[in-house]
Amino acid sequence: MVNLIWAGLFLIGILYAFINGTMEEVNKAIFTGAEEAVAVCIGLLSVLIFWLGLMKIAQKSGLLDLLGKGFKPIASKLFPEVPPEHPAMGYILSNMMANMFGLGNAATPMGIKAMEELKKLNNMKDSASRSMITLLALNTSSLTLIPTSVIAIRMKYGSVSPTEIVGTTIAATACSTIGAILIDRFFYRRSKGRNST
Amino acid sequence: MNASIWIIPLMIGFILAYGTWKRVPTYETFVEGGKEGLSIAVSIVPYLVGMMVAISVFRASGAMAFLSSLLKVPLEALGIPTEIVPLALIRPISGTGALAMTTDIISTYGPDSFIGRLASTMQGSTDTTLYVITVYFGAIGIKRMGNALKVGLLADVVGMAAAVVFVTIVFG
Repeated sequence: MVNLIWAGLFLIGILYAFINGTMEEVNKAIFTGAEEAVAVCIGLLSVLIFWLGLMKIAQKSGLLDLLGKGFKPIASKLFPEVPPEHPAMGYILSNMMANMFGLGNAATPMGIKAMEELKKLNNMKDSASRSMITLLALNTSSLTLIPTSVIAIRMKYGSVSPTEIVGTTIAATACSTIGAILIDRFFYRRSKGRNST
Repeated sequence: MNASIWIIPLMIGFILAYGTWKRVPTYETFVEGGKEGLSIAVSIVPYLVGMMVAISVFRASGAMAFLSSLLKVPLEALGIPTEIVPLALIRPISGTGALAMTTDIISTYGPDSFIGRLASTMQGSTDTTLYVITVYFGAIGIKRMGNALKVGLLADVVGMAAAVVFVTIVFG
């Protein structure tokens, strides 16, 4: 699926540029796109090193396990295949926490660690397990409580009340997160039903 | 807003204090974990380069704008302002693109206009699905991603629809 989408973006783009006469922009986009991607990775490099270093301390000191215990009831509902004592649980929880506080930079490294642990639970297969999709759904719907970058933009453009959108943002986020969980469940049930018949 | 300045330093302080109390060799452990971060970041590079070049080609060709012009009529019928359509389309595929577009909308229509508020809410309430999938699955080498993309994109639709509904109710 990802192969089709990826090649499709290129092919449609190039074909459309041919019709539309935007080949020059496409040429530029190829190089700026690659440059931008590397810039994003360099940005990620610093946060990944810093937060994973710190999280290692949290893990070795037992802090992650402690966190895992507190939120066990909710998390084990969402991730029934993950044993509560497994390190994956601790990472999943710290990923959710960081997302909630709007610390996207801190959330990514923890989410990746959680994914790594989930892969171990899935016998190192290269296909996505159900827990992985659930974690991904939680992250793409971004459970944010404080949308800091948006507030900053609104301030810059002289909003009378930059934070007035926090309420609607939380409400919309809650919907997309609950939606993500339900959609995830729906697809899982459907594929399970198909496999058993 | 002010509280968020405290969260990160407090978190770092707490982790270090707890680690020291539990006699974890903090600095060495930090370096050990940091090395893992380094190798993860390096392994993501090709995934991101591939995806972001594809997306910028798609956008630069004008195919993106064409797609949003196709969706204008059905969305306007649902009471969704046309100006927001490009943002709704780009939000799941490009984080920097969406942020640029939100900034553009806010500067054009004003942060306190209906469209400005709607753009703010949309920008804040969903994340860049394609980026999240690329980074997370790229880092651990997942090749068959099952329903992940479908779930993520459908959740984005739910989130955006919810943004339109709530902004209309609260500020409409």
